[in-house]
Amino acid sequence: MNARGAVKVEFTPEQLVEVRRLQGLYPDRRAALLPVLQLVQDVFGHISLEAEEYVAGLFDLSPAHVHEVVTFYTLFFREPKGRHVISVCHNLTCHLLGAQQVLTHLKKRLGVEVGGTTPDGRVTLLSVECLCACEIAPMLQVDDRYEGNLSGEKVDRILDGLA
Amino acid sequence: MAEKILTRNFHLPGSHTLALYRETGGYAGLEKALAMKPAEITEAVKRSNLRGLGGAGFPTGVKWGFLPKGHPGPIYLVINADEGEPGTFKDRYLLEKDPHALLEGMIISAYAIGAHVAFVYIRGEYVQPWRIFSRAVAEAYEAGLLGKNIGSSGFDLDVIVHRGAGAYICGEETGLISSLEGKKGWPKLKPPFPAIRGAFGAPTIVNNVETICHVPHIVRRGAEWFASLGTKTQGGTRLYSVSGHVERPGVYELPVSVTLRELVYEHAGGVPHGKRLKAVVPGGSSAALLTADEIDVTLDVDGLRNAGTMAGSAGVIVMDETVSIPEALMVVARFYAHESCGQCTPCRESTGWIYKMTRRIIEGRGRKEDLDTILDVARRGAGTTICAFFDGAVGPYISYIEKFRHEFEALISK
Repeated sequence: MNARGAVKVEFTPEQLVEVRRLQGLYPDRRAALLPVLQLVQDVFGHISLEAEEYVAGLFDLSPAHVHEVVTFYTLFFREPKGRHVISVCHNLTCHLLGAQQVLTHLKKRLGVEVGGTTPDGRVTLLSVECLCACEIAPMLQVDDRYEGNLSGEKVDRILDGLA
Repeated sequence: MAEKILTRNFHLPGSHTLALYRETGGYAGLEKALAMKPAEITEAVKRSNLRGLGGAGFPTGVKWGFLPKGHPGPIYLVINADEGEPGTFKDRYLLEKDPHALLEGMIISAYAIGAHVAFVYIRGEYVQPWRIFSRAVAEAYEAGLLGKNIGSSGFDLDVIVHRGAGAYICGEETGLISSLEGKKGWPKLKPPFPAIRGAFGAPTIVNNVETICHVPHIVRRGAEWFASLGTKTQGGTRLYSVSGHVERPGVYELPVSVTLRELVYEHAGGVPHGKRLKAVVPGGSSAALLTADEIDVTLDVDGLRNAGTMAGSAGVIVMDETVSIPEALMVVARFYAHESCGQCTPCRESTGWIYKMTRRIIEGRGRKEDLDTILDVARRGAGTTICAFFDGAVGPYISYIEKFRHEFEALISK
């Protein structure tokens, strides 16, 4: 922990080997920026400003460039997220088949608004654009997994399965 | 029943494995291709009338032909697996159920264009497809199908799987290249087109997953066979993603000469609960809406263009009589406002303002002039931007309002 209470961002030697492997995959090492940011998020949970500076150093890029990249993409979290992330698709097909009811149900069950994290840090709730699984609409993504043909009961079962 | 080509193995357990792919004739196209001259393959792809199946519908062989002749290299092949067009989910099936079909297509295509490195850009949300495809890549390396001297042909190819991080615009080929290079996914001004100056400044061919999956079949069974499956200007079958108010949503592989009515009623089982059809989005959310009496059109690129809409990504979204078209437009407008990359002013500003106007119409705060303002903003912005994103948004803005204006007016006059 540093003076601001944030976790110090630094890779282990093994993780640095992985960074160098990723940088070596591409004709230009800077192309490894997205995979390395994914690694930062996997290891530290989110990408803080401190992490952006650290990553910039690994690439000889400006922190501003890294910040520009981090803020462009929806899958990079700049604040700590819950242990699980639930992303409800709200695009057209899911909308036609009840995405709003799914969201309302989740908000009520979790006691949070979209973008919020439960006080126990268990779940972050998001409402997102098309996840391209319209054949199982309404659907959501919970961490790595797609779940579809949602009903209230099915959403409850999904929530019950989350530690 | 038409022959299944790309989906023929989808129902088989283990369809994603090299063993099963080989048992069902997989990699036979590669063997044949490696005995051909690269230029012969490009010629076959041209004659097959294969067209890009990601959205733009550009003839694939013609695109390959734009590469500079005799280029010393490097030349890159980039596979666009950044599936994101609302209503589309077929590339997810291909990645999960038949990853070796994509790999075989990639090896043949790379050989044809002279690429020794190929990238596969998979959208970040597709974790499972990424895992399955990555395993297939590892299998292919172990089997000597990737790496040095593939099949003792002297041809080398490395495949790098690259994950996106959440941004629709990275499905636009130059936005994808920017993202692959480690930047935010801003599209690039053309010309130069990627075939001249693409990824890392080198000549690059960007092709959609499904497009490339067709290539082994074209090589194996011939360009004329492939061309004969479709229409005069587009060969082959295509994977239609059907969703919304239909009995049987899912992926349907059909010749591109199928009509929208046949797809919705005969294949997808029609509208459930005895409801009437109201409208259909025929090619992903960027395609103009068709009303219930406009569905006697063939689903090839030119058939839908002649009908004033587009085949796009072949994502077919069906809406029954209960759907509020203004609400549907608000949902679509929210998407374009969220996904505009912000580079070009007309797109960045118009998508935001149009979303706000559709929202206030839904919320009962619409103004009489709003509909004409939306149409005016849409028309003025079309064609003024670096990429086709805003042109894609204009399709729904104009068609939803022009074809269902009375529904919007009813909300405004309340």
